[in-house]
Amino acid sequence: MSTREFQVIPRVDVDGTAVDGEQLEISMGPQHPSTHGVFRMDLKLDGERVARLKPVFGYLHRNHEKIGESTTYLGSMPYTDRLDYFCSLTNNWAYALAVEKLAGLQAPERAEYIRVITAELTRLQNHASLAGFLLQDMGASGTPLMYAFREREKILDLFESLTGARMMCNYMRFGGCRCDLPAGWILEARGVVERFPRFLDEFQALLDGNEILMSRTQGVGVLPAALAVNAGITGPMLRASGVNYDLRKVDRYGIYDRFSFKVPIGDHGDVYDRYMVRVLEMRESLKILDQALRDIPDGPILDPKAKLRGFRPKPGEAYGRIESPKGELGFYLISDGSPNPYRYRVRPPSFINLTLLEDLCLGHQVADVVVILGSVDIVLGEVDR
Amino acid sequence: MESLEQIKIWTETAVAGARLQLVTNPGPSGQHSLLVDNDHAAAVARFFLEDARLRLDYASNVTGIDWPEAVLQEKRKVKQTIEGVEREIEETIERRRPGFLEVVYHLYSMALKQGPVILRLRTGDRGAQARLPSLTPIWRGAEFQEREVFDLFGVVFEGHPDLRRILMWDGFKDFPMRKDYAPPQESGAGREPAQ
Amino acid sequence: MDERLRAELSRQGVVVTTFEELYNWGRKNSVWPLGFGLACCAIEMIAASMARWDLARFGAEVFRPSPRQADLMIVAGTVTKKMAPQVVRLYNQMPEPKYVIAMGACAISGGPFREGYNVLQGIDRFIPVDVHIPGCPPRPEALLHGFTTLQKLIEAQELTGERRPRHLSAEAASEFPIPDHGEHDLVPSHNPEIWPPSRPRAAG
Repeated sequence: MSTREFQVIPRVDVDGTAVDGEQLEISMGPQHPSTHGVFRMDLKLDGERVARLKPVFGYLHRNHEKIGESTTYLGSMPYTDRLDYFCSLTNNWAYALAVEKLAGLQAPERAEYIRVITAELTRLQNHASLAGFLLQDMGASGTPLMYAFREREKILDLFESLTGARMMCNYMRFGGCRCDLPAGWILEARGVVERFPRFLDEFQALLDGNEILMSRTQGVGVLPAALAVNAGITGPMLRASGVNYDLRKVDRYGIYDRFSFKVPIGDHGDVYDRYMVRVLEMRESLKILDQALRDIPDGPILDPKAKLRGFRPKPGEAYGRIESPKGELGFYLISDGSPNPYRYRVRPPSFINLTLLEDLCLGHQVADVVVILGSVDIVLGEVDR
Repeated sequence: MESLEQIKIWTETAVAGARLQLVTNPGPSGQHSLLVDNDHAAAVARFFLEDARLRLDYASNVTGIDWPEAVLQEKRKVKQTIEGVEREIEETIERRRPGFLEVVYHLYSMALKQGPVILRLRTGDRGAQARLPSLTPIWRGAEFQEREVFDLFGVVFEGHPDLRRILMWDGFKDFPMRKDYAPPQESGAGREPAQ
Repeated sequence: MDERLRAELSRQGVVVTTFEELYNWGRKNSVWPLGFGLACCAIEMIAASMARWDLARFGAEVFRPSPRQADLMIVAGTVTKKMAPQVVRLYNQMPEPKYVIAMGACAISGGPFREGYNVLQGIDRFIPVDVHIPGCPPRPEALLHGFTTLQKLIEAQELTGERRPRHLSAEAASEFPIPDHGEHDLVPSHNPEIWPPSRPRAAG
């Protein structure tokens, strides 16, 4: 859908004489093949160049926070699946972490290992899908996405045999996990992890040095580090601009300090760096998965002090955050001693990462807007909640 | 990271006239916060950003909270003489607390890898006094989140570069996240069976 | 015509059919969906069109970006009140014959988000829906089943008479009124001519 409104803006020619010009106002979205969901951008174009960009949100605002206030703590866990619907297990973990801080619970060791394994598998399939979608936006219509989804299906099979659902897993509980790993799951997971590098090698061989990818992404949408920090950008988008801030290393939540892995940092902050940071993060996730699948101990998966029914945390508040594949995902909960939270707040990384969308796109062409938006990696369930 | 008491002292020394109040968090999380008065909030925020010991350059989360008018009950033990015998009785005192809206900022430092420092701002009431200074000029990351608090709670942020609704449509008149919001009644949505 | 006679003739290379069957066979095997996903169900829709479940073998190969070229709108995900006018507008822009699949609990009735202030409790308050697929999200196999159900529905359409589909009947409306954003709610909150459904709708 597009609305067109012509507005004559006087421009100056090289010798200083005024020239008749016009700016085109276009609404890109909410139904558009490349906006990654129902997201709308009001663009003002000067020819092909972007003169102004205002994002419009709210087309998927499902009042998640209001529902959180009228549901019990545990009742909100399935709703967290539907926030960032690619990464339901990391959403579950962030919420469980915040409630565990609120109530003073601690997950046992085996549960922590399972959490790390599922979170890194989620990161793998999220980054692979993102690379596929980014390339689809650039015109590689379908093929990289097909390869990425082929690998994603293998990981979703693992999630289904563990949690019962492909996408909406509802798996973490306050103080651990819902159910233990079925027999043979570790072997299956190890198989997936061992075969993944072959896919990544093929993917990288076809794409990293690809001329079209390089010319469309290098130097496009450059994000300076200081602006990124001030605008609250987190996740791979921040690290591609050269800022070393990964919550797995900074907060060391869970048991991430037991694993040896690196954090890829970019030099230029353009779209190509954001793509490469994600690809390299996939390799680091594979390292973490190798270690975790090797070292996972036996034991209980739920804190014996945890109460599933009649859960009433003491009055107080807590903010818990994790490094989700999109950035810092945080939950802020205020308890007044009743079974429902008094205030339930989600800190959505995709929403805040969009703060600088206009800054990144000004002066670029419309086709670049699509590519830059793809590199921000948004999921509307999380942006609008 | 220094304790909140130390940060309170530094801030009150550096920003003339600022009054900070430590708000203890009764739960096990240990995350206490600082309540700052509205007139000096922007100056305190600037101090948090620029002070070399704090360098709180990253505003992670901006939350709006609605505290409607409430009657708080406090129990107190009072000595009373009854029939010549002095006894200690428990007395319940009721205190009316007027309603207000609160905005909570979770601040971290990416440069020094420390945090969080939690800052709270409170409005005068839930009506005409629901105004607060915007901290977007100091932390750009608060831009969309303050717009969201305006949209859903009705807090007007003075100094915000672009304050308009962000999630609901522009003609919407209510503030849905307030505790006293009543969603529209569905009219005509019967459950008539198929004939 | 006797089925055995028909089978015998087709073995000899002679195909006997009715105009209706041929017309519907062509239509049902090339239903092109509109590339339109709202929320989580859209990901399962994409997965259904990927290599493992392959919606393309049923004829829905090309997801058209423009509503002017699409036959089918799969409403995949929650329809919010902010988005509802755009959904109806897109439906109006699709040329006849057009079909709607409501995929997922949210599109059918608002789903888990039903009590929300911004959630429309089902897209069939404003546009007629042909197939409802329950699930949250429905598995890709469920979407394939819904799609084949739609194909059976198209196959069974009669071209003449009372129960003929909308695009062959001059009086049937093919565009529906678009709601406005009011001060507290959508105006109107539902389309009284199609909601609540008071009688089983004729196919199409």
